[in-house]
Amino acid sequence: MPVTAELTVGTALPERAHQATNVSLFLYNAAVWNAHRIHYDEPYTTQVEHHPGIIIDGPLQGDWLTQVVLEWLGDEGRLVEFEYSNRRAAVLGETLTAGGSISAVDGDTITLDLWVKNEAGEVTAPGRAVVRLTATA
Amino acid sequence: MASLITDDIRAAIGRAEPPVHFLVTRRDIVKYAIATGQRLPKYLRGDEAPPMFLFGADRPLAALETIGPDGLRADTLTPELPLKRVMAGGIKQRYHRPLHPGDELVIEKSIADIFEKQGSSGPLIFVVYALTVKDASGALVLEETQTRINR
Repeated sequence: MPVTAELTVGTALPERAHQATNVSLFLYNAAVWNAHRIHYDEPYTTQVEHHPGIIIDGPLQGDWLTQVVLEWLGDEGRLVEFEYSNRRAAVLGETLTAGGSISAVDGDTITLDLWVKNEAGEVTAPGRAVVRLTATA
Repeated sequence: MASLITDDIRAAIGRAEPPVHFLVTRRDIVKYAIATGQRLPKYLRGDEAPPMFLFGADRPLAALETIGPDGLRADTLTPELPLKRVMAGGIKQRYHRPLHPGDELVIEKSIADIFEKQGSSGPLIFVVYALTVKDASGALVLEETQTRINR
């Protein structure tokens, strides 16, 4: 649980590691109706689009960032704004870790810096969220 | 240096796709929640949709024969650009309320901007799409900006 006790700039949110699998990527791309072959066809991905391996979807990493925020926030507020960008390709087999920290506190509005990092510590998907605490929080 | 963005390309700014109608169902929420590894019960039960649930919902459901060898549907909104390699840039969303099963949504997508920048390895063209999602009463549910980069 958050939050209200520790609303200090720099406070870290709990991190979570994700290991996508062929099966989880299949289910995700089926759910969002995305048939792009870079997410399931390795020969095509490496030989035609010249990626190093099956690509872990950027929006899936974006979703993982929202989960960092929502699991930390609990019922004490709501997500108002969220953004992320694809900075670096992430491939199947890599363990990706999602986390973040408080970057600003302005009354009931909290801004969070977010990141997904690969095993080398490189950011694959940076993000930012704004949450608004509920009045009772 | 001459601009890569011709008048024909610039004329596409403001162009919109036909609205997509989307019914939120509990089953689709649960599928999405499982596939993304959600842990909060409200998502796993399908009582409420996770914030990124609508990703891809703006895509018209295209027939198999219209899907290209890369697995993607032909883009009918974006003009042909002189730089062919496409990368997803990012997404920015503003939420007005959570989504629940039974919500009937109308999703509208248009081209908000097309501009170029000089990247470290050559020119880049940015295409910015604006999405609005409204419910059956016409109230705004979600506003989204998507950025695509061609290089």
